[in-house]
Amino acid sequence: MDLTYTEDEEDFRHRLRAWLAEVLPKLPDRPHPADWPGRRAYDCGWQRMLHEAGYAGLHWPEDAGGRGATPTQHLIFLEETERAGAPYVGAGFVGLLHAGPTIAAEGTSEQRARWLPPILRGDEVWCQGFSEPDAGSDLASLRTRAVRDGDEYVISGSKIWTSHAEIADWCELLVRTAPVNADTPKHRGITWLAMPMDAPGVTVRPLRTLAGTAEFAEVFLDEVRVPVGHRVGAENDGWRVTMVTLSFERGTAFVGEVVACRRVLEALARTARANGRWDDAVLRRRLGRLAAECAALWRLTQWNVSEAQRTGGVPGVGGSVFKLRFSQVRQELYDAAAEVLGPDALDAGQEWVADRLSSLSYTIAAGTSQIQRNIVAERILGLPKGR
Amino acid sequence: MDFQLTDDQRALRTGMRELLARRFPRTRLRAVVDGAAGWGDGDAARGDGGTARGGELDRALWRELGAAGLFALRVPESSGGVGLGLPEVVLAFEEAGRALLPGPLVATELAAGLSGSLAAGAAQGETVVTALDEGGAPVEHLASADVVLALGPTAVEVIPAKEVARSAQPMRSIDPATPLHRSTPTRTRLDRVEQAAQAGQAAQAAQAVQAVQADQTGQADQTGQADQTGQAGPGRSGLAVRLRREAALLTAAQQLGSASRTVELAVDHARHRTQFGRPIGAFQAVQHLCAQMLVRAESARSVVYAAAVTEDPGDIAAAKLLADEAAVHNARDCLQVHGGMGFTWEADVHLHLKRAWVRAGQWQSGAAAEEELAAGLVSTVETCL
Ligand SMILES: Cc1cc2nc3c(=O)[nH]c(=O)nc-3n(C[C@H](O)[C@H](O)[C@H](O)COP(=O)(O)OP(=O)(O)OC[C@H]3O[C@@H](n4cnc5c(N)ncnc54)[C@H](O)[C@@H]3O)c2cc1C
Repeated sequence: MDLTYTEDEEDFRHRLRAWLAEVLPKLPDRPHPADWPGRRAYDCGWQRMLHEAGYAGLHWPEDAGGRGATPTQHLIFLEETERAGAPYVGAGFVGLLHAGPTIAAEGTSEQRARWLPPILRGDEVWCQGFSEPDAGSDLASLRTRAVRDGDEYVISGSKIWTSHAEIADWCELLVRTAPVNADTPKHRGITWLAMPMDAPGVTVRPLRTLAGTAEFAEVFLDEVRVPVGHRVGAENDGWRVTMVTLSFERGTAFVGEVVACRRVLEALARTARANGRWDDAVLRRRLGRLAAECAALWRLTQWNVSEAQRTGGVPGVGGSVFKLRFSQVRQELYDAAAEVLGPDALDAGQEWVADRLSSLSYTIAAGTSQIQRNIVAERILGLPKGR
Repeated sequence: MDFQLTDDQRALRTGMRELLARRFPRTRLRAVVDGAAGWGDGDAARGDGGTARGGELDRALWRELGAAGLFALRVPESSGGVGLGLPEVVLAFEEAGRALLPGPLVATELAAGLSGSLAAGAAQGETVVTALDEGGAPVEHLASADVVLALGPTAVEVIPAKEVARSAQPMRSIDPATPLHRSTPTRTRLDRVEQAAQAGQAAQAAQAVQAVQADQTGQADQTGQADQTGQAGPGRSGLAVRLRREAALLTAAQQLGSASRTVELAVDHARHRTQFGRPIGAFQAVQHLCAQMLVRAESARSVVYAAAVTEDPGDIAAAKLLADEAAVHNARDCLQVHGGMGFTWEADVHLHLKRAWVRAGQWQSGAAAEEELAAGLVSTVETCL
């Protein structure tokens, strides 16, 4: 058990710090959360800067245009960028964390050459069209249909909760290419396609979240034509193709936010001291307990990253354990923030109040907490399949 | 960074697990427990000369643990020890917690690292050392102990156990394998040393010790003089503070072992107990209890191991807090998964819960840990996170 970073790792950290110190002051002001074109431009601009400095696709394999960094270097990158207050991956999330790695792992060389460089350069934005009105946790029951017509698939159906749909160029789309019947279980018969969002027949209708913003959308597909060459992996093999990288989301996707938790906690303590609430032992101890939780989340991250490092980059099942604890702690943190704020907790203009609202999605998005518990019970603990 | 066990650490853990499986199998635990039960007294514990009864410590086992190096893991090789570090002790103590090994393991391990004291022989398992902490937790295994490691806010003393026993009252311990004594009067004695220490005068402290020693047949060791800073408060440093932190961490390690063990017990039961025509582990309500148990145990593990590496006070407080919670809550959920069987004396679940309660009150309570962590949020010292 060694928590000291190697000389190489420290060297990487110092170069990164120096670079961040140099470039962050030059960034433009952050756009308003409702200004979608502005947000896209801002997030892509940051990605371009990362690319120019050699930090784009750090954890991607080198033959996919990445830097082939170790999981530990990736961890350091996420830790340092958050500490320095650098922009979050934002609009680049799906491209960099899911669609890109999927194409890198399963795509042909032409597909890699077509789609990966623009993701790394921040030229193209991707969204994820998986969930449907009738297929959420039970994703494999999705019904959006794709019918082969010569060199094209003709797609009809609808997707929902698609984050960044309004500003995306591409959608990683899961469609049904074979009907479910006695011979075809629902996990078979699914195909992975790259769909241009400007194709005729695609309609995006923004959905308003409980925070009042439009973070995600419904996407209606009416006889949308997508070339067969946009299929990654074999027809009807899309479930496997997707699962290869879905665990990526749970590996290191939240590192920055764990670092942020500690920062928020310290700010809460400062505010509580200033407004007198610190004298309340119940609140003080609550913040103390959250400090323990943050420490555990950070150590769990280091544990999982070290494990991935040993197993050659494969995120372990530890991701589900982490996600369960993280999403709960994140919500408890902002409940404590409300306690510190007192009546101001009802002012939606407060930063912590907005964050409290968005923290409500953590136990739902990327696999609900119940689904994570099913995964832990069945795949880690080996309990019989639930019902 | 490589925050995973090394091959040697894995081997040490396996070795400890095997040693305990051989020398302290479940039958042995049950003999201790059932001997203390009152019921069936005299049946369960017979048949093996070395078997401890009624919570009395098995000296032969203690010596064997000593011979295996359990108490000398951190003692330098030049002094006849194993020469390893806190992470290795944590791994070994995790195994002890898993097996519900009884005895004042923490105090004996700490005493083995103190030189020139009455606790000589602790490293070899020849001397049994228990602890008396200013926090007021009951003294465990007092009747079986040779000496008591007494910790004040800054003072460290080793006192003959007989002397402490004179003024201590036995409790009817909730944990059948951990006899407990209430011991307030001895505090007065410690307080005199402490007052002198607080005055900041080493000479005075030494005098007080001498006076105390004269009073008490001159048998006590007072090891803390050199480390007494006369400071109070969270920033104080010194031997007593260090020992108390290590004690909290080693206690947390045992809690972690127990917390992981109860996950295994619950999962095992859930796979084999059938109701409504299927294993109860196929019911989601049961699955989710088990999943949360694993989350608790693994969160505690990450921070207990990290604290063993960093020895940072904040990490140790977090480790104790989360490991206490994992041990206690996992034992309760384990009990729930066992149904009526969980409420019996026969199942081991209650032993985990009761030991977890005993340990949760030792060294650093949840409240104290939370306050220390809260103080860390407003201190200017940079943390690792
Ligand atoms: C902010 C946000 C962003 C999102 N972004 C995207 C995106 O970009 N692309 C995309 O495709 N999707 C996205 N999603 C969708 C997300 O993946 C789904 O919401 C999620 O998988 C749950 O599906 P559902 O909403 O249909 O809920 P349901 O599956 O209907 O679940 C409802 C409730 O039932 C429980 N439940 C369901 N099945 C089980 C079971 N087997 N056992 C126990 N309990 C069960 C759930 O835990 C939940 O509490 C996003 C969601 C949110 C909140």
